[in-house]
Amino acid sequence: MYVGVDLGSRTIKVAAWQDGRMVDHKLQESGFEPHEQAREMIKAYSPRHVIATGYGRHLAHEHFADGVITEIKAHAMGIHTMLPEATTVVDIGGQDSKVIALNVKGQVTNFQMNDKCAAGTGRFLEIMATSLAYPLGDFGPAALASEQEIQINSMCTVFAESEVISMKNRGIPRQHIARAVHSSVADRIIAMLGRIGFGELIAFSGGVANNPCIVQMVRMRLENVQVVVPENPSLIGALGAAIEAARRGGQV
Amino acid sequence: MTHFEIKAYPEMWKDLDMDVERFDKMRLMLGEIFEKTYLSQKNRPAGMAYFDNMIAELHGSRIKELLAAKEEGRPVIGTFCVYIPEEIVLAAGGVCVGLCGGSQGSVPDAEKILPRNICPMVKSAFGFKAGRICPYFQVLDFVYGETTCDAKKKTWEILDEMVPTHVMEIPQMKNQTDQEMWLAEVKAFKTKVESFSGKEVTIEDMRRATRTMNNKRKALQRLNTLRHTNPTPISGKDVLLIEQIAFYDEPIRFAREVNELCDELEKRIADNVAIPSKNAARIMVAGVPMALPNWKLHNLVEGAGAVIVNEESCIGTRYYKDLMDENAEDMETILQNLTSRYMQIDCSCFTPNNERIDQVLREYKESGAQGIIHYSLQFCHTYNIEEIRIRQACEREGIPYMFIESDYSPEDVGQLQTRVEAFLEQIGE
Repeated sequence: MYVGVDLGSRTIKVAAWQDGRMVDHKLQESGFEPHEQAREMIKAYSPRHVIATGYGRHLAHEHFADGVITEIKAHAMGIHTMLPEATTVVDIGGQDSKVIALNVKGQVTNFQMNDKCAAGTGRFLEIMATSLAYPLGDFGPAALASEQEIQINSMCTVFAESEVISMKNRGIPRQHIARAVHSSVADRIIAMLGRIGFGELIAFSGGVANNPCIVQMVRMRLENVQVVVPENPSLIGALGAAIEAARRGGQV
Repeated sequence: MTHFEIKAYPEMWKDLDMDVERFDKMRLMLGEIFEKTYLSQKNRPAGMAYFDNMIAELHGSRIKELLAAKEEGRPVIGTFCVYIPEEIVLAAGGVCVGLCGGSQGSVPDAEKILPRNICPMVKSAFGFKAGRICPYFQVLDFVYGETTCDAKKKTWEILDEMVPTHVMEIPQMKNQTDQEMWLAEVKAFKTKVESFSGKEVTIEDMRRATRTMNNKRKALQRLNTLRHTNPTPISGKDVLLIEQIAFYDEPIRFAREVNELCDELEKRIADNVAIPSKNAARIMVAGVPMALPNWKLHNLVEGAGAVIVNEESCIGTRYYKDLMDENAEDMETILQNLTSRYMQIDCSCFTPNNERIDQVLREYKESGAQGIIHYSLQFCHTYNIEEIRIRQACEREGIPYMFIESDYSPEDVGQLQTRVEAFLEQIGE
C-alpha cells in the first residue's frame, strides 16, 4: 500500500493507493498534534512508502513520512490522474488559494498562490458564514438561492467582515450578503486565472470546491470553458501524494 | 560548535546615548539568528571567518574605528542608497556607512511615528534612529538621503528632526537635462562634504578614492564570477553577507579580505569542492536590496536544498557592476566620469529602465542559474510594477520565474516556503 497524507491548515486527509487506484481515504479535522493524528490515521495500512504534503509536511517527514512534495505538485498530480485533460487547477483550501498551470504530462509549468493574506480562502468563507450565523454547509446553498446582486468591495478578511456587519445593520437580508461574499471570492479566482492563463478544462479542487455557489459563480464568469469538480475534491492533495509515494516506491 | 555572540560594548553604547537595555536584547537575538542561519552551514570557506567576525564586532570594533575617524576630524556620513557617490566621501577623508534597514525589530519604533503602509526598509531604518538602537546612527555626523522613492524623500524631513539629514536629488529619467542636473547635484554634494571635513578635495584625492572604490568593486565582481562556477564553491547566504558588509566595512581592508577569500575559492574550484550538493538547483534573485540582517529568502531557498548564485540588487551587482576611469586629468572631467558611472545604475526609480531588463537577462546567463525569483518589498511601487516587465521578458526567454512580495515579518514564511519548494519542483521536472 502507498499512502499520501495531506496535513492541511484545517483538516488532515489520507489517501491509500494500490495497483493503480485509490483504495481507501480518510478526512479528519486537524487537532493539536497533527503529525501524531496523521500517523494514527495511516497505521492500519502498513504502508510501504508515505509521502506528506500540506502545511504539516515537514513535521510529518520528521516523524514518519518517507518524503514530501508541495501541495502544488500534489494537486497537479492528483488532478492529472483523475482528469488528464485538465491543464488548469484551481485549489482553494483553508488557508491558501492557488491556480496551477499544467502541461499535457501533468507537470507544473506555472502557479499563483496568495501570500500572507487569507482573502478568498476557505477561512475567509468560514469567518463570513459565522458573521452571518450560517452553519458552513448551509452558506453556499443559501447564497445560491439569493438573486440579489450586491457587492462587497473589500478583499481583506478583516475589512470585509466590517463591511458585512454594516450591511447587516442596514437591514440587508443575510442571503443577499452571503451571495455578495461568494461573488467576491469568485472574482478573486477569476483574477488569479487571468494572471496565469487557463485552458478549456479547469479542475476545481480543495475544500472550497464543495461549495456549490462558488463553483457556479466561477462557471458563470467564464465562457467556453468547462469547470469540473472531481469526486471528493478535498482529497486531491492526498491522492497526488499517494501517487508520488507509489512512484518513488517503484510502483507507478 | 562554539556559541556565537555579537560582542557587547555597553559603556560605549551608553556614551553614544543608546537605549542599551533594549539594544542588548536585539544583539542577543541577532547573534542567535546568525548562528542558526550561518554557522550551521557545512563546509564553509575558511575565509568567511573575517566576515563572521565583522558580525561579531558589528557593534564594537567598527564603531570604534568610526569614533577614531571622528577624532581625527574626518566626517562619518550615513547613506541609504548606491547613488550617493562614495568616491567623494573617501576623497575628502571621510567614511561612508550604508545604514541598515533590514530588521523587523525596529519597525514598531518607526510605526509610532510613520504610517504603517510604507516600505519596510524605510520603516526599519527610521526605527533604528527613533529607538536609539543602532550605534552607526548614533556615531555619524549626518545622513545623506536621496529622492529615489516617495517614502524615503518624505521620511528624510522627519528624520532630520533627529539627525541632520541632507538630500541629494536623483533624477528619474536619463535625458541630457537630467545628466546636467545630476552633475550639479554631485558638485553640490562635494561642496557639502568638503565643508564638513574642512578640506578641499584635490584631483589626486579623487583619483586615489576612485582607485579604492574600483578595487573594492572589482573584488566583489571577482567573487561573483567565482560563485557562478557550477558547482558553486560558496553559498548564496555567504555571498549576500559579504555584499551586506560591503556597505559598512573599511573599503581597502574589505577588498583585501574578499580577494583572499577569492583565492581560496579558486583553489576550491580546482579541487572540486562544492557547496552545497552538486545537484542543487541554481537560483538567481533579482529585485530590491536585502539589507542586513534580511536573510529571509536566502534562508528559505537554501534551506530547501537549492543555492542562490546571483543577486541582481543594490546589495548585489547593482552596487559593483560598474567601474569608472581612475586617470582623469582634472576635477571637471573626473566628476563628469563619476556622474556617467552613477547614471549607469539601473534602479527602478528611472523611467524608462530598459537597461535593467537586459541586465537581468545578462546576469541570468552569466550566473548559469536555472530560474529567477524576483523579490520585492511590500509597498515598493517601482520594483513591484517593473516586475511585470521582468516577468514578460522571462516568459519570452523561457526562463522559469517566480515573484515574491514580502516584508521582514515572519508571518508569511509558511506560504513562502511552499512557493519556493513548488518553484524548485517545477525547475526539477
